[in-house]
Amino acid sequence: MAEATATFDVRRSGSASVVDIRGDVTASSEEVLMSAYAEAADARAIVLNFSGLSYMNSGGIGLLVTLLVRANRRSQRLLAFGLSDHYRQIFELTRLDEAVGIHDSEQAALAAAGVK
Amino acid sequence: MADIDEPVTARDATNWAKKVARLNVSSAPEGAVNINVEGRRLAGPFQGFGKMWQKTYQVRLPRDTVTAAVLIATWKDRFPEFWPENNTFYGPLTGIAPGEVALLNVALPGKMKLSTGVMVLYADEESFTLMTPQGHMFAGWITFSASEQGADVVAQVQVLMRASDPLFELGLALGGHRQEDVFWQQTLTRLAAAHGEPAATVDTRVVCVDAKRQWSKWRNVWHSSAIRSLVYMLGAPARRLRGSR
Repeated sequence: MAEATATFDVRRSGSASVVDIRGDVTASSEEVLMSAYAEAADARAIVLNFSGLSYMNSGGIGLLVTLLVRANRRSQRLLAFGLSDHYRQIFELTRLDEAVGIHDSEQAALAAAGVK
Repeated sequence: MADIDEPVTARDATNWAKKVARLNVSSAPEGAVNINVEGRRLAGPFQGFGKMWQKTYQVRLPRDTVTAAVLIATWKDRFPEFWPENNTFYGPLTGIAPGEVALLNVALPGKMKLSTGVMVLYADEESFTLMTPQGHMFAGWITFSASEQGADVVAQVQVLMRASDPLFELGLALGGHRQEDVFWQQTLTRLAAAHGEPAATVDTRVVCVDAKRQWSKWRNVWHSSAIRSLVYMLGAPARRLRGSR
């Protein structure tokens, strides 16, 4: 199996968990992403910070779908910020933007999640 | 607040299709029926109705006969050849490239042909992904990839899907899942045979990612390619009659 080349660091902000994503997100990132999600499992909302994303293929988008399903199952909201125009367009193309709230900044994402 | 570290051009920029609001088929090849693709929106797993499934099919080939990169290049170049008999993939002239739209005729029970299509969502040297339009049997993505694992090259098809509407969900439960499994198993068997391994066995792994149905999407049935294909097929005699006058 290919080595994961992305890191997912989890930090707490009120009742939300912010996941700082850095590097290349591909199918090989599954284990590290799900381990980060386990850390954030009790949060009311998961906020993904894509500002450190340098590459993502279709396997990476597939992982986000799996993450979204898990979050939905636990009634958690999934939000995102820090997407470049390129990745924002990919979210729109794949229609992931209809399921993941996309915001311009961390404050906006946290406010949308109802976190003070 | 974190700053957005915007590169001038993302490394994967040329691998992804450009954003499109609706699909456009530049020209339909002879024999292809473009009644379920033109003007349709793309539909991913979150736009579908049924349970969400991840289906993975794999075949192993000896690494001394082919590399992962060569396998993917061959798969992209000769994609229609590896489809099972009685199914037709009308690939774009430019081949499998991001943003290209292909029309499909898929064999269904009762000699019925389902006319639908796909768009190439993503393509690089190691993988490529097709995304379905509204009305396709399922809403989702199909990713074709190859990786080198030990002495083998593993060719893989991975489908992430939900049945598009309640009728297709019923169809999948009544044998459609089995039919789809056979379809991709045959595809990989053909790919393996083209690389000198006709007896290679295909491993299949099916996982229900989300057992919930999205009842709010039942209206997708209005776009059903099955219903439209059936109506189109039933209208064939009338069209022939009009054409002969």
